Amino acid sequence: MKRLATAFALATALALGTQAAPADTLATVKQRGELICGANGTLAGFGMPDPQGNWTGFDVDFCRAIAAAIFNDPQKVKFVPLTAKDRFTALQSGEIDVLSRNTTWTLSRDTSLGLDFPAITYFDGQGFMVRKALKVSSALELNDASVCVQQGTTSELNLADYFRSNHMSLKTVTFATGEEALKAYESGRCDSYTTDSSGLYGERQELSEPSQHIVLPEIISKEPLSPVVRQGDNQWTDIVRWTHFVMIDAEELGINKGNVDAKLKSDDPETRRLLGVEGQYGEALGLTNDWAYRIIKHIGNYGESFERNIGQGSPLKIVRGLNALWTKGGLQYGPPVR
Amino acid sequence: MLQIAIVVIIGGLAYGAVYNAALNLSRAHIASGFGFWNNTAGFDISQTLIAYSASTSSFGRAFWVGLLNTLLVAGVGIVLATIAGFVIGIARLSHNWLVARLAGGYVELVRNVPLLLQLLFWYNAVLKSLPLLRGSMALPGGAILNNRGLFLPQPVFAANFSTVVLALVVGIAGAIGLNVWARWRRERTGADPHILWPALASIFGLPLIAFAVAGFPLHFSLPQMGRFNVNGGVEVLPEFAALALALSVYTAAFIAEVVRAGVLAVSHGQTEAAQALGLRSGQTLRLVVLPQAMRVIVPPLTSQYLNLIKNSSLAVVIGYPDLVQVFAGTVLNITGQAVEVIALTMAVYLAISLFTSVVMNLYARATVIAER
Repeated sequence: MKRLATAFALATALALGTQAAPADTLATVKQRGELICGANGTLAGFGMPDPQGNWTGFDVDFCRAIAAAIFNDPQKVKFVPLTAKDRFTALQSGEIDVLSRNTTWTLSRDTSLGLDFPAITYFDGQGFMVRKALKVSSALELNDASVCVQQGTTSELNLADYFRSNHMSLKTVTFATGEEALKAYESGRCDSYTTDSSGLYGERQELSEPSQHIVLPEIISKEPLSPVVRQGDNQWTDIVRWTHFVMIDAEELGINKGNVDAKLKSDDPETRRLLGVEGQYGEALGLTNDWAYRIIKHIGNYGESFERNIGQGSPLKIVRGLNALWTKGGLQYGPPVR
Repeated sequence: MLQIAIVVIIGGLAYGAVYNAALNLSRAHIASGFGFWNNTAGFDISQTLIAYSASTSSFGRAFWVGLLNTLLVAGVGIVLATIAGFVIGIARLSHNWLVARLAGGYVELVRNVPLLLQLLFWYNAVLKSLPLLRGSMALPGGAILNNRGLFLPQPVFAANFSTVVLALVVGIAGAIGLNVWARWRRERTGADPHILWPALASIFGLPLIAFAVAGFPLHFSLPQMGRFNVNGGVEVLPEFAALALALSVYTAAFIAEVVRAGVLAVSHGQTEAAQALGLRSGQTLRLVVLPQAMRVIVPPLTSQYLNLIKNSSLAVVIGYPDLVQVFAGTVLNITGQAVEVIALTMAVYLAISLFTSVVMNLYARATVIAER
């Protein structure tokens, strides 16, 4: 009962008066020599250890980018697999430094949990998966269906909202982890499985016959996925936020893993500021001036990370869609480095 | 004086802990207090014994739903585990070699495998072995069985059904009266009148007659096959069945050992004396051995009941909406108020356990042998 243990540890820590969370996260991480990152652990494409035990995925790469910026070594990260229920408590209690686990930014989470959501790394929305054999082509035909869902997610709430607003009745079966919910769906306990549509594509790969299942066209919610940090440590929040922004800016400027060394000699002022050839922007964050160079060198820009983990270079083949750069009709937009 | 000082110190520490927690929470910008209690829950629960709807019910209501689900599965588990445990415990002492070995094998197999694994086994065994919705099994009487659950016809009572209930009460009272009369007669004359059939007739016959006289004031609403699910009727979720089964099978093994120990604690001389008086072996067990064994059985039995109640929180792995799953799970996650939610959940388990202990202690006191 790890979840209870974490919650209990938080309660004890708070009651006994120890400071629940170290105030200066960057100093703590530097002193420890590694970043501790809360990750998913079971979601293909976003956060999952491969058969050799190496963590890979889109959310995992984000933590590696932070580690690269601080230590110039993307391997200096310890990943802690967390369920949707555990994740906020683990962050509040100081067990992890940053949470990068396909987490939706909502008002109540932002205000009442003592947490901050620095930047939207993935614009997502909730969808439904069903068996082809059901011959359902729209979520609006799911009146009276049983739906398996993971506990402690916005999916659980959106699901109830969607069925209510469309005057449909619903039988929810709620599981503590996405894995259990998916397994129950596969065994026929539920007609449909629901989560963020990015997750649906990832988890469909884990079913024994992925081709027998389809994702319905309806996207029933807005799910802006963001890394999460503790509120009150603004320097750390800035580091996490700008880690995302420089990866976007690098893509926009055409800087990638392959050409980043050549780009160091570029005359373009924006490129020179981003890579730390000009200005003291890294030091202002409490890092070195070549921090963004390190990120691009080790991880690549936003587009590279996307395509490698969840896009055309992966089995998931998710299209960029809303996550394309703002210059290409998407929503990903990085403020300028200056 | 010392005791007062200790109470004051403990009280002071408790106050300090609460004060500190509140201070630290506000410093970490985490909301605190039970202000969320009346807010709309917004999530759905698969099994609700009281009216609950995602759109209008509050987190407080969700708490009660979860608590009742915990009590339901714990209550069913305790009854089943007690019956099975007594049967197996006594069977293990049987002179029949096969029966004794089977009971012994059951105990050793079940109590040496972790409950969590057994729970997953039962859940997957139950789910996998049941037919899919399309191939639902139609049971006699209009019940339907598939991997969504067991759907029983729901009784719908007409207004004058109360006469049947009244007849049942009268019937039970009659059976108790018969029993009192039989005992009185046995103590006076030594004759042992057979009252089983008249008692059964009183309990079941009277209500049946009343039922017929009142014009059969009961009909059943049958579950109907829908496009995706079975609608109507009384629904028994597979999650509930698996959890109740796992808890009772597991705890029964421990109760069986408790019962065996209790029976063995009664000196063999008692059995021999009872046989010398001409009691049959069933009577010996029922009238002489078990009443004395109960003194030894009840205290460890209480511990087993408490274990079962607490183990019911494993519901969380198979998606049964018990208190821990609904309240310490979903509600905690939505509100983010870990301290309040966990404290309340622990207090509830403490209260249930203390209540069970009190009831069992009262019963234990009643079974104490009156010394003369």
